[in-house]
Amino acid sequence: METNDVFDPLAIAERWMDDGRMVALATVIETWGSAPRPVGSHLVIDGEGNFHGSVSGGCVEGAVIGEAMEVIADGEPRLLEFGVADETAWRVGLSCGGRIRVYVERVG
Amino acid sequence: MDPYLLRKLNAERAARRAVIHLTDLGDGRDRVIREGDPVAGPLGEAIARAFRSGRSGLVEVEDRKFFLNVHLPPARIVAIGAVHISQALARMAGVAGFDITIIDPRTAFATEERFAGLDLAADWPEDVLKARPLDAYTALVAVTHDPKIDDFPLSQALTTGCFYVGALGSRKTHAKRVERLTALGHGAAEIARISAPIGLDIGAASPAEIAVAILADIVAHLRRRPLLGAGP
Repeated sequence: METNDVFDPLAIAERWMDDGRMVALATVIETWGSAPRPVGSHLVIDGEGNFHGSVSGGCVEGAVIGEAMEVIADGEPRLLEFGVADETAWRVGLSCGGRIRVYVERVG
Repeated sequence: MDPYLLRKLNAERAARRAVIHLTDLGDGRDRVIREGDPVAGPLGEAIARAFRSGRSGLVEVEDRKFFLNVHLPPARIVAIGAVHISQALARMAGVAGFDITIIDPRTAFATEERFAGLDLAADWPEDVLKARPLDAYTALVAVTHDPKIDDFPLSQALTTGCFYVGALGSRKTHAKRVERLTALGHGAAEIARISAPIGLDIGAASPAEIAVAILADIVAHLRRRPLLGAGP
């Protein structure tokens, strides 16, 4: 079950699309351990780097937004993995000790 | 993601219909599947399981990897009684992400001024719920203290399987309520689903504190509901 307020990422994605903005959608597709956001959670990003929603507790959003810029540019979906075992953890890891996989795709 | 599918997905969600957004992680192609849409084979079985459990996740079928994002209708609250508690509850519910409707036939209570910007119906629950029936994704909160107003929606909430049913009133008031609901044909186990006295026991004293107790109780029921079948 979900919530449906003004911060709903899918509703925002549609509004941004209608405004003629380039939009990417990031989705948590798998989690291990104490991941902060459940599978199915979304982060929506536009071509300027504006974003709404979350895929973690704020630990990896920066990296996801960076990848989303590239997805918007080339249209190729990407599968990202973050976690303590990953060497990127030192830079953008999950402080909670969990691991997550995030699928990033362009809308359109 | 296909822009047409994003629109379709949002329209289905707005209409409180259960849908799954299915993505083939190999080629990025996607579909929106409504509950009840026929999908053949092992993928169809996985989809049926996902609708039942409400759990999003990965599925591997014939060497292809799919992601199923399950969208069940958002939990909402229907409050019977445009009282002081409901004024506080309505605002807190919005912050916590719940839609809320307030119903009260007493026009002195159900005023636009007291519930500005909120979904308020100054009518009998019998009439309002005819057009917008309760369902398993709804929490029913009865706070008028008046059996003439509270009893019908409470009975409906038990029948339709609302994930939360709460009723304000002392243990004595509730004992009488149990008698009336029994007379309406509800069994003991069904009636025992009613949270009464309403809300988590946090020693709430003011109307706003009682609203906190009710909202916390609703969240507890939502997140600890049994999986499979009826649960949202």
